[in-house]
Amino acid sequence: MSTDKKLHKNESIKTESNFLRGNLEAEIDDPLTGGISDDSIQLIKFHGSYLQDDRDVRSERRKKKLEKAFSFMLRLRIPGGKVTAKQWLDLDKIADTYANGTLRITTRQTFQFHGIIKSVMKPTMQAINETLLDTIAACGDVNRNVMCYANPHASEVHAEVEKLAKDISEHLLPKTGAWHEIWLEDELVADSKQEEEPIYGKTYLPRKFKTVIAVPPSNDVDIFAHDLGFIAIVDEKTEKITGYNVTVGGGMGMTHGREDTYPRTADILGFCKPNQAVEVAEKVVLVQKEFGNRSDRAQARLKYTIEHNGGIEWFRSEVQKLLKFKLGEEKPYEFTTMGDEYGWVKGTDGKHHLTLYIQSGRVKDTGKYKLKTALQEIAKIHDGTFIMTANQNLIIAEISDENKPAIEKLVNEYQLFKSLHHTGLRLNSISCVALPTCGLALAESERYLPDLITELEEVMKANSLRDDAITIRMTGCPNGCGRPYLGEIGFVGKGPNSYNVYLGAAFNGTRLNKLYRESVPGDNIVPLLKPIITDYANNRLKGEHFGDFTIRAGYVNAADQGPGFHEDIKYKSYLN
Amino acid sequence: MPNNRKIIPDNAPFSPEENEWLNHFFTQMTPEQANWLSGFVTGYQALQITGSTPASPTLEQSATYSAPDASAAPATPPAKKPNLTILYGTESGNSEALAADAKKLAQKKGIKANIIDMADLEVTKLAGLENLMVIVSTWGEGDPPERAVEFYKQFMSDAAPNLDGLNYSVLGLGDTSYEQFCKMGKDFDARLETLGAKRIHDRIDCDVDYESAANSWLGTSLDALLDLNDVGAVASTGTDVTVETAMPAATSVVYDKKNPFPATIIDKVVLNGTGSAKETLHVELSLEESGLSYKPGDSLAVVPTNCPDVVESILAVTGLSKDEAVTNKQGDSFKLFDYLLRESDITGLSKTFIQKYAELGSNEELKELLKPENKEKLQEFIYGREIVDLLVDYPIKDLKAQDLAGMFRKLPPRLYSIASSLQAHPDEVHLTVAAVRYFSHERERKGVCSTYLADRVDKGEQVLVYIQPNKHFALPEDGDTPIIMVGPGTGIAPFRAFIEERKETGASGKNWLFFGDQHYSTDFLYQLEWQDHFKDGVLSKIDLAFSRDTPQKVYVQHKMLEKSAELFAWLEDGAHFYVCGDASKMAHDVHSALKEIIMKEGKLSEADADEYLTKLKKEKRYQRDVY
Repeated sequence: MSTDKKLHKNESIKTESNFLRGNLEAEIDDPLTGGISDDSIQLIKFHGSYLQDDRDVRSERRKKKLEKAFSFMLRLRIPGGKVTAKQWLDLDKIADTYANGTLRITTRQTFQFHGIIKSVMKPTMQAINETLLDTIAACGDVNRNVMCYANPHASEVHAEVEKLAKDISEHLLPKTGAWHEIWLEDELVADSKQEEEPIYGKTYLPRKFKTVIAVPPSNDVDIFAHDLGFIAIVDEKTEKITGYNVTVGGGMGMTHGREDTYPRTADILGFCKPNQAVEVAEKVVLVQKEFGNRSDRAQARLKYTIEHNGGIEWFRSEVQKLLKFKLGEEKPYEFTTMGDEYGWVKGTDGKHHLTLYIQSGRVKDTGKYKLKTALQEIAKIHDGTFIMTANQNLIIAEISDENKPAIEKLVNEYQLFKSLHHTGLRLNSISCVALPTCGLALAESERYLPDLITELEEVMKANSLRDDAITIRMTGCPNGCGRPYLGEIGFVGKGPNSYNVYLGAAFNGTRLNKLYRESVPGDNIVPLLKPIITDYANNRLKGEHFGDFTIRAGYVNAADQGPGFHEDIKYKSYLN
Repeated sequence: MPNNRKIIPDNAPFSPEENEWLNHFFTQMTPEQANWLSGFVTGYQALQITGSTPASPTLEQSATYSAPDASAAPATPPAKKPNLTILYGTESGNSEALAADAKKLAQKKGIKANIIDMADLEVTKLAGLENLMVIVSTWGEGDPPERAVEFYKQFMSDAAPNLDGLNYSVLGLGDTSYEQFCKMGKDFDARLETLGAKRIHDRIDCDVDYESAANSWLGTSLDALLDLNDVGAVASTGTDVTVETAMPAATSVVYDKKNPFPATIIDKVVLNGTGSAKETLHVELSLEESGLSYKPGDSLAVVPTNCPDVVESILAVTGLSKDEAVTNKQGDSFKLFDYLLRESDITGLSKTFIQKYAELGSNEELKELLKPENKEKLQEFIYGREIVDLLVDYPIKDLKAQDLAGMFRKLPPRLYSIASSLQAHPDEVHLTVAAVRYFSHERERKGVCSTYLADRVDKGEQVLVYIQPNKHFALPEDGDTPIIMVGPGTGIAPFRAFIEERKETGASGKNWLFFGDQHYSTDFLYQLEWQDHFKDGVLSKIDLAFSRDTPQKVYVQHKMLEKSAELFAWLEDGAHFYVCGDASKMAHDVHSALKEIIMKEGKLSEADADEYLTKLKKEKRYQRDVY
């Protein structure tokens, strides 16, 4: 990359941090504030945590002679998203003991805890460590939690992609001892100056880096939304993975008001054999490390590196230079859906798996619906595992024949099946956390989408579309945690009670959506969409998905791969 | 103090030689000598007036000091002028103030009186006294005042001397809402008798509205002493020679307990964040044009009114009209509603109240409950109940308004440790008040004064207040002296004042604060201020214990023990150690922790550690303001 531009300040924070240590430990131990310094805020991300504050109470705090109500969000690293029943119980207890009493399943197939105050961060980390999990690199400018297709019905294939997720995660994991030293109070590495990050070096990556593995026809992981992806190619006869189509340069995040930022769907880099995947992952990371923009963080994701340096051809040649083998030609594949397959399935290994819908991924008891308690009770007798999906849902997995009746009994007792009878709209929705904890949120999301869907459901029912699946995604800001630009209907927070509305994405996650109306007040969303939904009900072609219809019917133009995201907008102001 | 400093002004009525001699003398004088001398001169003058001479100095005075100029002592002491030693044990300062009143009155009556704090007296020194008046308060569940603990222990033990020939009287202060009402007064009374002393006047046990009863007792008790010595009372007119009269006469009104100042609320905010189980108020009051001043460590007395809901309940259950006329003990007339709202303690259920009520209603069930053998049942009955419960559960038919009114004691003012430095906030006084609310016996209960401040007075309205000085809880005179402050919950109040004062005065001593409460995020009282004080270097160290943030409850004493070595080093370095807050548990736990630290770090036996602590107290380096 060009060196004439001033490096972003985060670059020097990383360089001078002595491999992610900085002044973090001293600041964690300082009792006078529940927060940490700006530099440490950047560093702690690499340890899997964000400093947040309860934005609902910001205005009262100064009057009360209190600083902001700081707490930490803590995100686990669980490549493949699978935990044992014992781990579930342990994590559930940690949520009650140190966090806000809920577990949040995220769109990265992992857990987040919210509301952990500084003084209990160390005990929380130690408790997590005792469950044999960690939070290293769950956030920060590194390879984050690696996701893979969640459903183990094709058990051998699932086992293989899950192993690959773990292998990539381990291989790309920062090697610094900082996490263990600070949180577990382990002995210092003899001389940390001698420490090395063989892949990342002192500066780590220019920006976050996300890796996923998909198994067609399911695109549950949203393969085109990530920096790096592997599409498993399964031989129809042997049912074995013969290799992977490698995708690069997808990404969701953009910045309001900056047209040089945009979401982008990934390119296909080529094909590799199963035993080459880890190496490919490493080389893609190395090219991004070398060429990624370190001056402007809004231009630093791999998608821009590819766009700004000569496209996928250039990128392929750079990666190829580092590889000892030649990447193959893309193999044919087909995705049909991004959603999860709800309900019971029996795996090829004879085990049973039950996929449950979890509203906004939030595991908690709500009134009579005691989801958290139910899962706790199930975990107590469960002889298998739990798998989180990229859609924030949960699979009670690997249930034995003997144990199935007992689990079913609990599922019925706690009426968990009810969640599967939701409308197609709700079952295919994602919302990010947003207010009150997320510091980036411009508008509500998790606390608002369920109510908005309730209103939209009325419109759907009135048009006899109750069970039709339309993907809806809402985020409180344009950074894209909920992958809003791949929703057939996307809502992106612009300001308090104000959303940009996007339409026209593909149902299978291969095409972005397009801005339909800007800055729509919450109350106007339903009146805005109602005629479109009615039009869809009356005039759709057989099997036509909502996203495709909105393009054919002329509500929006079809999106390109990304750079033209802000062009060809038909309307802007929602008043038109 | 430099030797050449002029203390005696040039225009004082002395010759230049006398003036120089006096200046020399005063610069060398110790505080004790000054105290003694002041008493001596006052007494001397009193005796001059009554045509008498000072009796031989009493007690410690005779043991330690002699008059600076023997020729000043008149030659022929008359036989029958009594010497009285007034011994007091004080917690909030009421006993001490009464002792001062007693001394004034004694002097008026021609008695040579001398005041001594139990904290400063060895029990053995009681032997040889002629006349003793004890004024002592009872604290908590029948405990002596903090500073009198040592004396009380010795006095009740075998170490106490034979007191044959000593004449005595006892005044006890207490609160009838506690079971062990005036236990200290009773103990001293009984023990003095056991030791051979002669009671010359019956003991009085005073409730929180003690003033008038106590003052009349002082008069009759002193008269009894005069009768004994057969000298007759001295006419009091024109013989008031107390120091107070020498003070410049204030042109405006003096605001005190008898005449509280109406202070306007400048600001009021709940310090706890949303989601907290606590409700701690920060209240700022204006003292503008009051002429009141205070020191860090002093308390502010607030005169509350009752919650109108409780008044209404009482009216409803008794069927009495709010407009019925009633009179108080002094004969002042009130409408019943106002009498209940402003004048009477209508919540605090006590044995005394139940007694009066049982008599009036001839209620056998209550009388049974009051029998000595049912002591525990009575305690259980009182716990969690208020007067209104008694009225509801044991109604008296056709209860007369005046009979009802006559059963209440006077609504007592409440004391709060002041949370501000007058230097930092001129003309203001700040309080940190925990609003007391709970549910018991199917009724919501509210602390009278805390909810008065929380609910019933708003910003801009006035609250009646006066200053209650606390000499026994104050910053070290030397600003270089390090201090350690332990103040969880509202115990933080005086330490906010301490730190503000030390900042204003530029005191260079190090300051270490231990604070605790339930939750860090919502209950870290004055957090932003502590951050500023730390940044400015005034607050040197802070350790925090939030009990509900972790499965294991962590309290301030645990934090002290974690810092054991450093804390002990501070003590060895001369640090003063202060504790403020809950008396029932915290103060005890902190004391135990302190002792443990002294034993561990000083490698001392338990007895030696106790001695170390006693020495700290004697040196006024271990001070407590607990409630």
